[in-house]
Amino acid sequence: MTETYYSKEHEWVRVKDGIACIGITSYAANQLGDITYVELPRVGKGVKQFGELCSIESVKAASDIFAPVSGKVVKVNEALEETPEIVNESAEDAGWLAWIEMADLKELGNLMNFEGYDEYLRGLE
Amino acid sequence: MSNTSYCPNTPEEIREMLGVIGVTTVEELFGAIPADLRTRSFYLPPGMSEFEMTRHVSSLAEQHPRDIANFIGGGYYDHLIPAVVDHLAGRAEFYTAYTPYQPECSQGTLQALFEYQTAICRLTGMEVANASLYDGATAMAEAAMMAMRVTDRDKVVIDGCVSPFYRQVVRSYLANLSVEIVDIPPRGGIIDRPGFASAVDERTAVIIVQNPNFFGSLDDLGDLAELAHAKGALLAASVYPVSLGLVTSPGEMGVDIVTGDGQSLGNPLSFGGPSFGFIATGKKHIRNLPGRIIGETVDREGRRGFVLTLQAREQHIKRHKATSNICSNQSLCALRGLFFLVSLGREGFAELARLNYDKAEYAKSVFAKLPGVTVLNPGTTFNEFTLALPKDAGPVVERLLAKKIAAGVPLGEWYPEMRNCLTVTVTEKRTKAEIDTFAHKLEWQACK
Repeated sequence: MTETYYSKEHEWVRVKDGIACIGITSYAANQLGDITYVELPRVGKGVKQFGELCSIESVKAASDIFAPVSGKVVKVNEALEETPEIVNESAEDAGWLAWIEMADLKELGNLMNFEGYDEYLRGLE
Repeated sequence: MSNTSYCPNTPEEIREMLGVIGVTTVEELFGAIPADLRTRSFYLPPGMSEFEMTRHVSSLAEQHPRDIANFIGGGYYDHLIPAVVDHLAGRAEFYTAYTPYQPECSQGTLQALFEYQTAICRLTGMEVANASLYDGATAMAEAAMMAMRVTDRDKVVIDGCVSPFYRQVVRSYLANLSVEIVDIPPRGGIIDRPGFASAVDERTAVIIVQNPNFFGSLDDLGDLAELAHAKGALLAASVYPVSLGLVTSPGEMGVDIVTGDGQSLGNPLSFGGPSFGFIATGKKHIRNLPGRIIGETVDREGRRGFVLTLQAREQHIKRHKATSNICSNQSLCALRGLFFLVSLGREGFAELARLNYDKAEYAKSVFAKLPGVTVLNPGTTFNEFTLALPKDAGPVVERLLAKKIAAGVPLGEWYPEMRNCLTVTVTEKRTKAEIDTFAHKLEWQACK
């Protein structure tokens, strides 16, 4: 199974053939509460690692989502336009946000693996 | 600071505060403001009793003749205001410019604004409208910024037939954004289509036009909508709401963002304000719409109710990334617009538009007969049109004013090649006799 990487801003990344599939973690989705709107990035948009990607609105807040890797957005999860609650139900699978064509695979080194993220979350509690 | 009777700070305190800021005088503090824009003196005459004040203000009012026939347009129009508008707007329940701070406690205000939004949507043929903006010019600037958010692009292409005042405000509003604004000069008083075709590209966020334009010409915007959409841009149009009683709605023409000034809907001229701006768009762009939006819902017992909706766009939630910073607003003026529209009703409004058109057509036919005078508009107009006179229009306007005719807007100030041109507006309030007198005096002043 492909390894999943995590950012401190609670985004996850899975890479296949240089394309990163990204989303927000279950922890983040729980923190946000009921998600009412996902403002998807534009396909073709260039993003920098840890720079702004898009935003998510929930009943509690409007939150910025940061790109865990640099590159170009090549695909977005259009299903979220009509049914944003998928992110609550399945944040780390069906609730993916976008595919980013990675500019530099080495950037994964700036992210955490599952164990690292788990430990990071414990530190937040 | 010769008179500090209205100023609570002592001279010592003022010196201390100036010291902290690092300037020596109050004059220096305000140095950045051009001298001609600053108040020269805060001297106020001694107080008056209520009776003295009423007499004083009445005498000031009497110095201004009230029997001037007003043919001036250019963005603000002299329309009838039914008495019911003043009556309803003056009710204590409505008489505030502020959005309620606990909005859902004020169901009446929210319902009225919801109905205002509905009226704007029906008028413009669009799906959603907000609860109003400041005025027509700032609404156009908001449309430009909205289109930049929607498209993630940074070029705005604006028609030179758009009101010069509006274009100036758009430039001021966008001055600190990284945006390129391209003006396409008019071609024969209407949109230069080849000019637009070559200026609109893959970087263009929006095409901005005005319909009818500053010279009064109406246009079918369908091909411009196609041009914009083919390049992935939006089409924004500022419209004169009264014209929509007669003209195809911008929604039907494929316009993406419709804006305009609401003065003509139940708001007095009052030396240019206050008024309100409106903005309407398609449902898919609602999250990029600026300002407050009232939504309809049901409470837990299933009863109809109203809420402020989609607040995540607004500054108290989204901070610096909010879609705009409209908080206190023009809602009282917007409600006057609603009261005006409902007092006329669908048929009355269409009749009003028809009257404006017919009277202006009559005036055009009368002016066209004057020696050396031509109507410049190549096609259809609504209630405003542009005349070319045999001489400089500015002094002619001055002389006609002395004859109690406010003749219109001379164009030389903004279009130097149009010094002889005068834009004339004929609303439903102008009589045949006034139009005939105007033509007669214009012939005397301009054609002899």
